[in-house]
Amino acid sequence: MTRHLILVGTRKGAWIVEGDANRSNWKIKGPMHLGAVISHYVADPRTVGYQLMSVGSGHLGPSVFISKDHGETWTEAATPPAFAPVGDSARSVDHVFWLTPGHASEPNVWYAGTSPQGLFKSRDGGNTWEEVKGFNHHPDCFTWRGGDKDGTPDGPKLHSIIVDHSDKTHLLVGMSGGGIFESFDEGATWKPLNKGVAMDFYPPKEDGSEYEFGHDPHCMVMHPVHSNRLYHQNHCGLYALDRDEGDRWTRIGDNMPKDVGDIGFPIVVHPRDPDTAWTFPMDGSGQWPRTAPGGKPAVFRTRDGGKSFERMAKGFPAEQGWWTVKRQCMAVDAEQSVGVYLGTTNGQLWGSFDEGATWQGIAMDLPQIYSVEVVTIK
Amino acid sequence: MIRVFLPSQLDDYTDRVRELEMELSAEEGKLLVLADVIAELERRYKGVAFRIVDEHGNIRRHIAMFVGDTMVRTLDAPLTGNSRVQIVGALSGG
Repeated sequence: MTRHLILVGTRKGAWIVEGDANRSNWKIKGPMHLGAVISHYVADPRTVGYQLMSVGSGHLGPSVFISKDHGETWTEAATPPAFAPVGDSARSVDHVFWLTPGHASEPNVWYAGTSPQGLFKSRDGGNTWEEVKGFNHHPDCFTWRGGDKDGTPDGPKLHSIIVDHSDKTHLLVGMSGGGIFESFDEGATWKPLNKGVAMDFYPPKEDGSEYEFGHDPHCMVMHPVHSNRLYHQNHCGLYALDRDEGDRWTRIGDNMPKDVGDIGFPIVVHPRDPDTAWTFPMDGSGQWPRTAPGGKPAVFRTRDGGKSFERMAKGFPAEQGWWTVKRQCMAVDAEQSVGVYLGTTNGQLWGSFDEGATWQGIAMDLPQIYSVEVVTIK
Repeated sequence: MIRVFLPSQLDDYTDRVRELEMELSAEEGKLLVLADVIAELERRYKGVAFRIVDEHGNIRRHIAMFVGDTMVRTLDAPLTGNSRVQIVGALSGG
């Protein structure tokens, strides 16, 4: 019997919201790790029932927990991600922000991104972690990312770790701040991938050239089939990149309605069609309230790779809805009519089972949601 | 005998033990210090040390440690054989 599991990480613990094959009846199970900050809660697509969770505590520092039974029981990583001193710098991991399963051919490999920005790798299913030294110890790494104060209000982060499904040596990461970087040798060497991306929070370079790094990508996705298509939501706009055509990002956010703008955090892509993606813009004007623009929450969908967008808000509050959606908080399933899910800053989990046309509440009283993932078990 | 008092935040790591005693003595030529208490805690409850101090041996930002009634911020704080050590989850968060 098909089941859909929505893995929900929140500021106060984690929950699983389980739906039937029709995605019509949903049951909330939990909490797990009540009181802990769950930055990311991820299922392993390679091993049924295997899950990793970033568990942070204001008091006790960062950790990673592992479940082998769909979240029924958990064990803590023996050696969570931790920095070795580099020169005079002795950074300490504040929290594990991002978790990504490795390539399908390496079932025990996982990657983790931390705050402050660091990249870590596990070769044993998340139990022990080592630094990706080619990145963390790169002589330019401190220059790329600025100081540890250059980041979001919750601290600078390494996120959006992508393992190219067509090439296990090809990795991409995003840093807030720092920009997007990629490696073609499993993390030994890296180069920036930020051409065409605006950096409005810095003055223009006097020679008119672009900044190579230092940008603020919020969330980046690679299409799971057509790996040459990337999208990324940035602090300074919404972008797409087609590697068949080069390595310069195109600001597809220019095609968003001007009164909404193209600032936001999450973006997700259709599991089969690389031209279809969904985003949830926020208000990035004035004081940067980071709420739904005008208090009118809406998802925007493109069907043509970003040439045009349609507003999709049926079911959401028509007005006075002042929540938003963080970068790990949108997900899609792979059903024929793709289900799109989002978790909000006021603890609501919403779902659309007609590819964004209409929305319904699935769980409305959770703590502030930090991550949403969906797993379908056949 | 050194008496050690632990906060509720460490319950999952210490089988909910909140108070314990340690018979510790300094190595020859060295002072007995707070780091010796942390090492003994780790010996008894594997994994607990990383919850109190970070990867560089610094006391975590939201953990406070007292020797007697004096707050200390480094693990080289000296102890005597009958010190009272209290580890506290700081009043932070929300």
